[in-house]
Amino acid sequence: MMHFDNWLPIFIVMSSLVPGLLIFFLREGSHRTRTILNLLGAFLKLLLVGVMIWGVFHERVYETQFLIAPGLEFRLHADALSVLFVTLSTVLWLVTTVYAIGYLENSPHRSRFFGFFSLCVTATVGLALAGNLFTFLIFYEVLTLVTYPLVAHRGTPEAIRGARIYLAYTLAGGVVLLFGIIWLKSLVGTVAFVQGGILSAVDPALYPQLKIIFLLLMIGLGVKAAIVPLHGWLPKAMVAPAPVSALLHAVAVVKAGAFGIVRVIYDVYGVEFAHELGLLIALGIAASITIIYGSVRALSQDNLKGRLAYSTVSQVSYIALGATILGPIASIGGVVHLVHQGIMKITLFFAAGNYAETLGIHKVSEMNGVGKRMPGTTLAFTVGALGMIGVPPVAGFITKWYLGLGALDAGIGQWILPVLLLSSLLNAAYFLPILYRAWFKDSEDKWPDEMIPARTLETHGSLLWPPIITAILALAVGLFAAAPYSPLEWSQLIAFREYGQ
Amino acid sequence: MLSVPLIYGLAGILLFTFALRVALSRVAFLRRVLAINVAGAGIFLVFISTAYKGAEQAADPVPHALVLTGIVVAFSATALAIALARRLNRSADND
Amino acid sequence: MTDAMVWAILIPLLGGLLAVMFPRFSGLTGIISATTMVIASLILLTLVASQGPQVYLIGGWSAGLGISLYADGVSSLLLLMTALIALCVSIYAISYFRHSNLGKHYWPLWMLLLSALAAMLLATDLFNIYVTLELLGIAAVALTALDGKRPAVEAAIRYLVLGLLGSLAFLAGVALLYSGYGTLDLATLATRIQPGATSWAAAALMTAGLLIKSALFPMHFWLPPAHANAPAPVSAALSALVVKAAFYLVLRLWLDLFGLSLSGWTSSLIGLLGAAAVLWGAWSALQAERLKVLAAYSTVAQIGYLFIFLALIMEMPEGMQRQETITGLMLMALAHGFAKSAFFLSAGVIQHRQGHDRIDELAGSAQAMPITTFTLALAGISLIGLPISGAFLGKWQLIEGALYLQHWLLALVVLSGSLLASAYVFRVLGKAFGQAPYPGRVLSNGMQEIPAMALALIATLVLGLASSPVWPFLEYTVISGRAG
Repeated sequence: MMHFDNWLPIFIVMSSLVPGLLIFFLREGSHRTRTILNLLGAFLKLLLVGVMIWGVFHERVYETQFLIAPGLEFRLHADALSVLFVTLSTVLWLVTTVYAIGYLENSPHRSRFFGFFSLCVTATVGLALAGNLFTFLIFYEVLTLVTYPLVAHRGTPEAIRGARIYLAYTLAGGVVLLFGIIWLKSLVGTVAFVQGGILSAVDPALYPQLKIIFLLLMIGLGVKAAIVPLHGWLPKAMVAPAPVSALLHAVAVVKAGAFGIVRVIYDVYGVEFAHELGLLIALGIAASITIIYGSVRALSQDNLKGRLAYSTVSQVSYIALGATILGPIASIGGVVHLVHQGIMKITLFFAAGNYAETLGIHKVSEMNGVGKRMPGTTLAFTVGALGMIGVPPVAGFITKWYLGLGALDAGIGQWILPVLLLSSLLNAAYFLPILYRAWFKDSEDKWPDEMIPARTLETHGSLLWPPIITAILALAVGLFAAAPYSPLEWSQLIAFREYGQ
Repeated sequence: MLSVPLIYGLAGILLFTFALRVALSRVAFLRRVLAINVAGAGIFLVFISTAYKGAEQAADPVPHALVLTGIVVAFSATALAIALARRLNRSADND
Repeated sequence: MTDAMVWAILIPLLGGLLAVMFPRFSGLTGIISATTMVIASLILLTLVASQGPQVYLIGGWSAGLGISLYADGVSSLLLLMTALIALCVSIYAISYFRHSNLGKHYWPLWMLLLSALAAMLLATDLFNIYVTLELLGIAAVALTALDGKRPAVEAAIRYLVLGLLGSLAFLAGVALLYSGYGTLDLATLATRIQPGATSWAAAALMTAGLLIKSALFPMHFWLPPAHANAPAPVSAALSALVVKAAFYLVLRLWLDLFGLSLSGWTSSLIGLLGAAAVLWGAWSALQAERLKVLAAYSTVAQIGYLFIFLALIMEMPEGMQRQETITGLMLMALAHGFAKSAFFLSAGVIQHRQGHDRIDELAGSAQAMPITTFTLALAGISLIGLPISGAFLGKWQLIEGALYLQHWLLALVVLSGSLLASAYVFRVLGKAFGQAPYPGRVLSNGMQEIPAMALALIATLVLGLASSPVWPFLEYTVISGRAG
């Protein structure tokens, strides 16, 4: 019973847990040991995840489970959706680690930072692999706890305040989520993730309670997924260093919320059942409002990271939207956006971090002519921005295409298409001016604070290569979407397995 | 039917209630300690009154043992209370 | 091998005596006694695991007249918790009292406290329970007043008076039961007791007395000053062990004796008081200015949870759900014991370092002592009830139990309690992030910081992930079985 298939999920979780714990005890100066531990963990995880991808594709079962308390089962289970999220987390963790090493050079408390950084990925991977809501909740709350020190890292009053707001929102969301899950368990007896949902055989008299529970779950998950009006923490959490913003907004926290929403709809309630109860419409409206609201707020932000934050608020709701539209096509769009948005957004945040670290640029208004000074970074930023707007062949286009098609297919095209179009227009409205400024305007005489002078490369290698790599990835994922093992193919697999039931 | 043990028992309950009232009210500390002792004595009386088994039989020895233990315990507790009060008094004088 | 029960009580007692006679070796005596207690409780636990509840007749005299000791799963587990906490606190105390002459007073009293706790957990007869309750109270009061300063002595006096009143009420109940049923042995009493005026009055009196001693709202007001002004190792023991022992007695008496005698509204009342305790305690903790005051009010809140558990258990019918709820209760009680003692010990480390424990001025110490901050974080996670901790599992069972009985308001109160606890815990933890200089050393006072961290790790990792060895012990068995 205890063979490799049972150990694989827990090994994947541990591959970042152990290095993380070790890193805490390293002295500040042990730069090399820290880097080795980080990279070792990242590559090991990548290897294990590769094995898992192959296995899940061929329908092998990877599962770890044990009773953590009487009646409460801790369960890790790898299915297509978990593999998608785990792969995203692993690849982007590797890239972000390289970036963070460069970004935080010579800043204090690096051991603490990388320790919690690794724990953050551990928690993300854990909830990706969770096999029931109970295990999901455990990692979801642990994620809150280990990201708090990352947001507060700099220790300035703004950082502490931002972290406190972040904590208030996420812990409150966690309590609501806890309530919903316990309530559900007390009604149905189990909270396992089963394809097609666990609620099909429930007594109709319980339907009103199930609706309220759905609302509670959505609120709890919606805080992290930044659904309006629960998104307030996200702009405030921008005080974190750029690697943290990149990780939080591309990979870990917001995706955890969105992933949870997808899980609840597909594997707890079941998409058809949720549709019957009218739950999907409500969520769809909330998601649509968020998509528009986020973009509108982004327009008025001069702070670059602030603008990207609101853009995240808007973009993550595409995932929720995809889940609420009945039909495999839309669900493909929503699920694949988990990956696409992650890659694109991380590119943008890396670029923003580069601007801040190299030239002291924090505001859009300071970005005139930066394209000449930092062409590589700005090229990456351009790719990411175009993807956000939905310009082919960057990945974002595929998402919008599938969402639109799916909406038409489900018969609600007249509501969804305007939202998608408006959102693309707004995206263009707040990204294109940045691109124009960067490439076509002349720069001021002096940059706000040129900390890294241009030598052979426009900035440090470890700061430059990550955004370029992720930009290439964003392009590749769009261009080669039809290739086997691509995120799109994988999402199609997920949708097929969900609707095929 | 008013038997002797019953009288003792009722007396005990009365003592307990009155003393409890004093112990809970805002009076000087020493009075409260004494009240607690009296309340304890009341309970002991109740206890002892259950020992009576009639004129012929020997009295039940268990309550006797228990009450003796109780008296000792009450004594130590009172000693502690007075010691603490003295310490408080002394520190008040030094302030 | 069942002698282990006796050793657990006797060794600390002897240790206390030796500590008075040889003050220079008092610390060593304390450590040896605590270690013996750990070994004894482990032996006991294995015995109970393999053979079921154990009975030991002191002197060979049978129950009724003789003193017998009884250990089942729940009491042996609590004994182990007591012993482990005792060991860690003792190691801590050696360093804490190194430069103070209070040590020679601390150790004998501390040993007495431990002996009384062990005796109480293993007692089978109401009068023994009374005696150990008094012994516990006196030792605790004396320890509270240890440093002799005015706030501590005042708090100790209040503790003493209320404690005595509680014991008197308890004794009155005992007297009633004896007069009604002619026996004080729990097992025999359980077979003879009938619902009626006598048993109801006795239950009310004994419960009232024990409620004072376990600081359930509104009888909790003696606790914050006492726990906040006692030395750190004492506060740890008081919050983690002494109030828990009183709660354990309520649990035992209600489940074993008074199950039928108490009508529905009494358990509902307790549940309500527990709910009030949760909210009031958490709210007061939020307002606290000192770390130890915060921890003391947190205890008030946590005791509230335990009593809500009790109310739910009393109302549930026999079955799986009830068993799971009892397991949840034990997990929560154990987790709180370890977490709260870790919290108080860490507060002591901070107080040692900066001379006071005001929360607003915590930043420098918190950032200079990562291990202590880590311990506070882990303990805080357990106090809030977040994963990964035993308290999370316990809280889950609590809410599930409340929903099972349709007590929506209770479930909401428990959830709000978590939120409030998050607020006051992170008020403290937030100080750990700032721009104070970091000396670069992970450990600044190993002998104090490591025991605290060990306790916190038990509360979170052990009880949160690996608690399964513990479950067989949590199947609650009514006291029974007197040999002979």
